[in-house]
Amino acid sequence: MRRGFRIRKALRRLGFYLFAVVPLVAVCSFPLYWSINTSLKTHNEIILWPPTWFPRKIYFENYISVFSAHHFERNLLNSAIVAGVTTAAALALGVLCAYALARLRFPGRMALMVLILMMSMFPRISILIPLFLMMRGLHWLNTYQGLIVPYISFSLPLAIWIMTSFFRGIPSELEEAALVDGATPLQAMVRVVLPLAAPGLVTAGLLVFIAAWNEFLFALNFTFDDTTRTVPVAIALFSRQFEIPWGELNAATVIVTVPLVLLVLIFQRRIIAGLTAGAVKG
Amino acid sequence: MFRGTLTASQRRLAFGLVLPALFVILFINIYPLFQSFILSLQEYNAKFPAQRHYVWFGNYLKLFRDPEYLAALRTTFFFTFVSVALELFLGLGAALIMNRPFFGRGLVRAAVLIPWAIPTVISARMWEWMYNDQFGVINDILMHLHLIPEPIPWLGRPGVALWAIIIADVWKTMPFMALLLLAGLQVIPEELYEAAVIDGAGTFKRFWYVTLPLLRPAILVSLIFRTIDAFRVFDVVFVLTGGASGTKTLVVLNREVFFSFLNYGYGSAISVTIFAFIFLISLAYIKGFGRKWRLIE
Repeated sequence: MRRGFRIRKALRRLGFYLFAVVPLVAVCSFPLYWSINTSLKTHNEIILWPPTWFPRKIYFENYISVFSAHHFERNLLNSAIVAGVTTAAALALGVLCAYALARLRFPGRMALMVLILMMSMFPRISILIPLFLMMRGLHWLNTYQGLIVPYISFSLPLAIWIMTSFFRGIPSELEEAALVDGATPLQAMVRVVLPLAAPGLVTAGLLVFIAAWNEFLFALNFTFDDTTRTVPVAIALFSRQFEIPWGELNAATVIVTVPLVLLVLIFQRRIIAGLTAGAVKG
Repeated sequence: MFRGTLTASQRRLAFGLVLPALFVILFINIYPLFQSFILSLQEYNAKFPAQRHYVWFGNYLKLFRDPEYLAALRTTFFFTFVSVALELFLGLGAALIMNRPFFGRGLVRAAVLIPWAIPTVISARMWEWMYNDQFGVINDILMHLHLIPEPIPWLGRPGVALWAIIIADVWKTMPFMALLLLAGLQVIPEELYEAAVIDGAGTFKRFWYVTLPLLRPAILVSLIFRTIDAFRVFDVVFVLTGGASGTKTLVVLNREVFFSFLNYGYGSAISVTIFAFIFLISLAYIKGFGRKWRLIE
């Protein structure tokens, strides 16, 4: 009787792994596996039918020609500059605004919260042309700042939202004590609260960086050549004259994806906390 | 804090802190939004800038007789409804799996984050390659399973292509849904389940009467985010089909009107309707459920 129960329990656990856990992990990771697999094949093996599930011989040439023939390093540099500057600026502006929203009472505070929430939802296509004309007037098309300035505005709501919820989690007695000790409110914020909010800054920074790194619609239309083209645009337009070089394309894909996936895995907890900030308070 | 001690200097500090961010939002988002509306009232084709003039609501009247616009509207609604429904269903399943204690749970959570971490354009190109009609692995797998007799051009066949895009999109966005729902599951107190067990509730009843009602806030928040995101879909469609084979969604059409036809006036009218649809969708969610779950504060 007891043994039968134990066997049933073991079978149920096995079934859970086989029919729930394994399919979930397999489906989530398969496209990345397939990309790595393809990137390590020769052109002749890539166009075999049926496709081979492992490269017959590991072939690195695709990874070399991504740089030697396509100058992908330029796109990586463009993306790093655009996403890096966007993150720094959005954090600097976002932290100040979030602190005021979380800690200070001022007229119009609620209205501002609603405005910021709405700004995170509106479709960006609806300001594409006015911004395009604005950037053309400034001669900022095909420049870094032509992307950075819109990106800052797109990431501010996210940064403010996450930072506000982090500030709320820090007990306000700490600043009150600093105020009693004679600090000005600004000093209390910079010296007492900001160091405690550092994890929130990392979370917000990561999410803003990833969003700016991934942005496509504006990057596609505001850049014309590889001097400013970011990674997503380069990958989307990746081709040779008449055919898509699948081996090189998948190598480029792996070069971009693997560091990003590692970053996400390292900061897993922070990212999940940031994604769910303010969303589930019960 | 500082309640009751709101001095003029503190108010000045608050405005000083808020102002830079507000300035950026006003000039880079609100002002262009207003300009879009003004443009939408004009006949304005950048090929013939001299003929620019006001037609007031003429562009909008034209929209609702434009078969291409109406088709894009239908495609967008279909895409949004089906992909969000699938995501909710699969995301809830994934969240329930990850909420159970088992060996290797950390690894599973990491694997689920992979699709989220990959830029949409890049994941779309991965899927494009897997969907390839001559060398694609999806045809290979399905033929091995004897589900299809011969390779299918997934992205080239009307009717099939939209579903192929939906699957690629669900793969990419389901993790976000799953993580939000998982966070919601984790705040449900264990005692409720214990009480339900004592009352004799089975697995299904526990799910239906305890989990689902308490998960409602998390479900609604993730639904609103995902619905809005799906409605403005662009990247995955642009990469996989470019809008061909009956997959042209509103934003894809809109970009084409802007940059292929240079029709800024008519295009802006399309933009304004997209904005209006998203506004209405959010309003419907907030009016319908806003009191039950408190998004702000």
